[in-house]
Amino acid sequence: MTWMIAAYAIIWIAIFIYVFGLDRKQRALASELDQLKSKLKG
Amino acid sequence: MKSRDYILPALVFVGMLVALYMIGFYAPVEREQGIVQKIFYFHVPCAWVSFMAFLVVFVFSIRYLISRDKRWDNRAAAAAEVGVLFCTLVLITGPIWAKPVWGIWWTWDARLTLTLVLWLIYVAYLLLRHYVTGDEKRATLSAILGIVGFIDVPLVYFAIRWWRTQHPQPVFGGGAGSGMDPRMAATLWVSLAAFTLMFAYFVRVRSRQLALEDEIEQAHQLADEASVSMRGDLR
Repeated sequence: MTWMIAAYAIIWIAIFIYVFGLDRKQRALASELDQLKSKLKG
Repeated sequence: MKSRDYILPALVFVGMLVALYMIGFYAPVEREQGIVQKIFYFHVPCAWVSFMAFLVVFVFSIRYLISRDKRWDNRAAAAAEVGVLFCTLVLITGPIWAKPVWGIWWTWDARLTLTLVLWLIYVAYLLLRHYVTGDEKRATLSAILGIVGFIDVPLVYFAIRWWRTQHPQPVFGGGAGSGMDPRMAATLWVSLAAFTLMFAYFVRVRSRQLALEDEIEQAHQLADEASVSMRGDLR
């Protein structure tokens, strides 16, 4: 049982870390877009 | 985000819930290995997704070399990233399954070794993308590696048919004695479908991000050029 739980836990943790990374990149891109907009206005 | 953008993640969520339910309550416990065999329902889909990802890299790399359209390069890069993630999970969950069943974490048989080589090829692909400067040079070199590296995928797949390996023989189409309980097969198919949808979602999101990064970079360059020419006009 322990082996199975370990395998499933590792898969889900890795997937969540990847999703979290995607979200962080998305936020960084959104803030870069905002910077660009203010640069164009200025 | 448009409302249709939520369809794919919603399908992934539902697919995963159904797969987990079937793994836990529908698929029978295997007679010889016991409950640890249930690792199979996530281990195999991870391998399937990594094969599919590297096939996508192969196809999109060819399309990039033909068209020189940066969109294909971005899509190939996104697929490679997701492929490496799932190939890593195959290489982690395999030994976790092997230890209680074989008594060892790892053995240098053809299937396992070629899978490790596959992982190294696509890690090299990502490193190449990270370190090579110049958009076109990076995209061209990556495309060549993405095409050549794909040669290892059929080798990994056929390794258990061509050579005697510690890794189990194929459960589908493996000749006499292969096959599995229909409830196990149904659970595997649902899990494969859920992982395929997850792969499609990750590649879509990541390739959009890469395209957006390119657009932002171009817009920054244009804005810099415009501000330089405006300063020149004011003088």
